[in-house]
Amino acid sequence: MVSPGPSHPVPVEGAGGRGRTSVRPVQGPPKLEVRDLWLGYGSRTVLRQVSLSVRENEILGIIGPANGGKTSFLRALNRMNELTPGMWVRGQILLDGEDISRLPNVYSLRRRIGVVFPLPVGLPLSIYDNVALAPRLAGIRSKAKLDEIVERCLVRAALWDEVKDRLHALGSLLSGGQQQRLTIARALSQDPELLLLDEFSIAVDPVTTMRIEDVLKELKREITIVLVTNLVQQARRLADRTAFFLNGEVVEIGETEALFQGKVEDPRTLEYLEGKFG
Amino acid sequence: MFEATPLNRRNARVELVVKLLFLLMTVVLVLPVLTILSILLVKGTPALSWEFLTTMPEKGMTAGGILPPLLGTVWLVAGSVVATVPLGVAAAIYLSEYAPDNWFTRIINLAIVNLAGVPSIVHALFGLGAFVLFFGFGTSILAASLTLGVMNLPVVIVATREALQSVPRAFREACWSLGATRWQTIREVVLPNSFSGILTGVILTVSRAAGETAPIMFTGAVFYSPFLPQGIFDETMAMALHLFVIATQVPGVPEAVPFAVALVLITMVLAMNALAIALRVHLRGKKKW
Repeated sequence: MVSPGPSHPVPVEGAGGRGRTSVRPVQGPPKLEVRDLWLGYGSRTVLRQVSLSVRENEILGIIGPANGGKTSFLRALNRMNELTPGMWVRGQILLDGEDISRLPNVYSLRRRIGVVFPLPVGLPLSIYDNVALAPRLAGIRSKAKLDEIVERCLVRAALWDEVKDRLHALGSLLSGGQQQRLTIARALSQDPELLLLDEFSIAVDPVTTMRIEDVLKELKREITIVLVTNLVQQARRLADRTAFFLNGEVVEIGETEALFQGKVEDPRTLEYLEGKFG
Repeated sequence: MFEATPLNRRNARVELVVKLLFLLMTVVLVLPVLTILSILLVKGTPALSWEFLTTMPEKGMTAGGILPPLLGTVWLVAGSVVATVPLGVAAAIYLSEYAPDNWFTRIINLAIVNLAGVPSIVHALFGLGAFVLFFGFGTSILAASLTLGVMNLPVVIVATREALQSVPRAFREACWSLGATRWQTIREVVLPNSFSGILTGVILTVSRAAGETAPIMFTGAVFYSPFLPQGIFDETMAMALHLFVIATQVPGVPEAVPFAVALVLITMVLAMNALAIALRVHLRGKKKW
């Protein structure tokens, strides 16, 4: 891991966010910085000129109507675009000040970033193996160490109590809500610095959603989270700052509470927050 | 309120007629299979015995057993599987998991489709030219197995590719996002979940290889051999060719013998198919998503 470079003495306050002033105290350099990002598929441009930053240990909410480029944005962050036929990315993405496109080892980049998908993806392996997969791929063989990782991650994902007696049952046969927590445990199994969640509550019941939200609030102490959500209220509950994506552009990015109190730069943000479209 | 209207009654009648019609078609489909099997059983069983399966033919194949063709078919099938499966599975993995969608991949796919459509007699002539003459294997088990292998390649490739692609892309993405390479993803997630489909494809090629006559006729199977093959460079007798020979070329064969040979051959093939089905059912019972 590279220590944060000295090039960002002050936090870049949402570089594309039209200069909102922060109501929070000045913090360290950004964990993740995106500069002038363009991306698309073939001749179709999906995201235009996105610049924003995510601070260490914050939850950045990304809201906006469908087809706004939110999911594609997440894919660019761990270079999944390279595995997506036809997808291209231009611009800079800096993780801890390092340009991710220059990292020689894309696999180690992906290990630093956990991903949770909209529909829960329990791999057709046992619950234990789902969580132990990433550590095993990273070369950990010791049974004791793996046991420890599996238990710790399942506990952190608030799933341990429900599955501790059947760790060797199939992960893909759990209920949707349980699978989604299993996915979170799996994403945590590689000790990520950054966690990307893409509309995780889409197939999850409200009670489980609340449990996962509590988990995320806990996790925030240790890792940085980017939360794409289709639920405006979820962004309000969880996100420190919120970015509003509309038709491939970042309309606005600012402190979540301020946005919800109506302190917006662009009237479209307020209209979306108030549910007038979307 | 719930009384049937005339329209309801007419729909119900049509429904019944359609159902019976489809049932009839299905029964018609089963008839030839049952007829073949029962004729073979009735006419062939009298000639069947343990000696028949385990002794050499005698008196110009009009008496004795069928050990050489039986063993020969086992050799040929085993050889073709050994030749086809690694190549076909590897090609299918490349096409399904690695190949970009470009003109080169499309040409390969087109070639596979065309290979599947080549008549088996053309495969035979290709095998004669390539393996027997060009590579100098002579007419041998090796040349015949490779010819059968080439014929079966498209089947293995297509079956394997279908099996691989039935594994949801979401599984691959989840695995990639954990920092797995493509090969790690294939090994940990894709192959274990497509195994039954691949196996089914392989077993289908086994029954095809056992039953084909044309591809082996010029490349390694012989009319008659007084010896059992000692290695892969020997010629061999084979069940399908033997059946053709004793049914049409040799005078004085007792009537029951060709039926018995056919019965043994069809039993081998059906047993392989039954094995494929059993494995499929077994593995589907352990279906993971």
